[in-house]
Amino acid sequence: MSGIQVKGEVLNVKPVGEYFSMTVVAPGIAERSKPGQFVAVAVGGESGGMLLRRAFSIYSVRETGVYGGTVEFIFSVAGHGTAWLAAQRPYDPIDIVGPLGRPFALPREPANCVLVGGGYGAAPLFTLADSLRTRGCRIDAVLGASTGDRLFGALDAKRMAASVAFTTDDGSYGEKGRVSDVLPEVIERVRADVVYACGPMAMLEAVQRVASESYDGAGIPTQLSVEESMACGIGVCMTCVLPIIGNDGQTRMARSCVDGPVFGGDRIRWDALGTVPDDAVGAHQ
Amino acid sequence: MVDVTVTIRRRVEKPRHVNVDMTTKLGNLTAPDPVFTASGCAAAGQELAAYNDLTAIGGVVTKSIQLNPRAGRATPRMAETPSGMLNSIGLQGPGIEIFINRDLAWLADHNVNAVVSIAGGTVDEYAKLAGKLRGKPVSMIEVNISCPNVEDRGQVFACDKSAAASVVQAVKRAAPASVPIFAKLSPDVTDIVSIAKACMDAGATGLSLINTTLGMVIDTHTMRPLLAGITGGLSGPAIRPLALRCVWQVHQAMPEVPLFGIGGIRTGLDALEFILAGATAVQVGTVIFHDPGAPQRISRELSEALAERGMDAVEQAIGLAHRPPDVIVPELPDPPGDVLEDELYEDAVDEADVFAEDEWLEDQDV
Repeated sequence: MSGIQVKGEVLNVKPVGEYFSMTVVAPGIAERSKPGQFVAVAVGGESGGMLLRRAFSIYSVRETGVYGGTVEFIFSVAGHGTAWLAAQRPYDPIDIVGPLGRPFALPREPANCVLVGGGYGAAPLFTLADSLRTRGCRIDAVLGASTGDRLFGALDAKRMAASVAFTTDDGSYGEKGRVSDVLPEVIERVRADVVYACGPMAMLEAVQRVASESYDGAGIPTQLSVEESMACGIGVCMTCVLPIIGNDGQTRMARSCVDGPVFGGDRIRWDALGTVPDDAVGAHQ
Repeated sequence: MVDVTVTIRRRVEKPRHVNVDMTTKLGNLTAPDPVFTASGCAAAGQELAAYNDLTAIGGVVTKSIQLNPRAGRATPRMAETPSGMLNSIGLQGPGIEIFINRDLAWLADHNVNAVVSIAGGTVDEYAKLAGKLRGKPVSMIEVNISCPNVEDRGQVFACDKSAAASVVQAVKRAAPASVPIFAKLSPDVTDIVSIAKACMDAGATGLSLINTTLGMVIDTHTMRPLLAGITGGLSGPAIRPLALRCVWQVHQAMPEVPLFGIGGIRTGLDALEFILAGATAVQVGTVIFHDPGAPQRISRELSEALAERGMDAVEQAIGLAHRPPDVIVPELPDPPGDVLEDELYEDAVDEADVFAEDEWLEDQDV
């Protein structure tokens, strides 16, 4: 299902630790959104020089309210576009397209789910947790970041999950290390059936390795939401591609915006990220 | 009876929606609207259908298709630049067979004008691609000649008159007879008019002006080129003046040739600039990444802009910026009667008196 384009209005922008949260009144997007989907936001105003939309995972939605449906997303100020977003104020107009992309696949039967988030990449895990809980799933979480103030959603995670493990690179909060250092223990302890993760590609790769080696190499499935830079978010520009193994076993350069951003971790060609592998369909023409 | 009719007509309110004839002729294709999507910015149309009525615009120019499936280049493939972007996709695509069976079929099923962009590495590949389109629902073929010629040390076809011409000629020969053929030119040449003439002499119906221009960005963190392909095609409003100049020059040299104006069009007024410069129709590309509903929005804005300027058909605006300087003819009063004649005469006499009193005038030798 395609997204819709809404000329929305900023409800609020607020700092959340090292990040910002923006809530936009965008009727129609909230009602359609599924966990793992994202929005593509135009930045810089109508006559600005920034043409490319910025894509953000949906953190939360409210279908109804005094203002109509709202969508909330989390961002980090990393350049001119996100700085412009952080400077927006309530009632400012904002052009937003969504919900976009393939959402997380959910287990048919109640299952033990481990949710892993890196930095503000954890944002889409909370609506996912809501959906999993209504299906009777057990949820355990692992959140990691470089430092304690770059952890996102610690309180939310404590509320929604049976257990939460925190890791930071500098040891300023939780265990010193990476999410993949504590993940093997969590998987074994909670008898996990599936791992969901969102964060930087290096973290996702480590999560996939841990999940595939779990239970003495039997492995468990993963659903990973990837981060690739996008220009359009709707499938027409072909810039956000990565090598993905299809149902026929062949590797193709798939678009993370419409074929993803969520992929089964076993479908991603980790050996060839950032390249076009020699055995991809149509490589080296 | 006649008087009554007139009275009724006077009471009709001005229509709320502008009513401008937007049809435009590109060879023997009569398009319902002059706004098309540009190649490489709309895939093959499906993804944009959620944001636009694609039957209401001129048509979809599909992403350049090649004979075989192609994976394209490594990432990063894209970089945002001031008022523009660079792309280096490497013509990723499914190949002509899947394209015809899946994408072209979809466009036909949805009654969307399909302008098929073809790209090859040799003259023969272009001809084969054109041949594959025989008997298929194709409104037009756009020949993307901004590709390296593998038989000539990778020299880009569009940068060489005879190479460009041989591609156009081969496509013309192989293509379905009634389908217009447009050659899409690169601005990265010293004299675009000579390339344009070579393509027209080789049998092109018209020209698409312009493709992206080569650019690059260096990442100051890694201190290396940002794009995996090192250079990329620059598009967006950053190149609009360059594109407009190309359209102007080619229209001036060959006013009868139908032209697509392409390059950084973001609004209806931008589109109008190209039409005034001589474009018969326009293509909008990079703006779609910013605003997926742009094709229809720009079409609407263009019709409003034409109406505001007192035009009731888009074709009235084509090339209008080339007209000679406007001669302002003052509205003359009714033929003067006796009294009025005297007054005019008196005024003229008064003015003559003023000049006569001027010392500077008197000093002249006459």
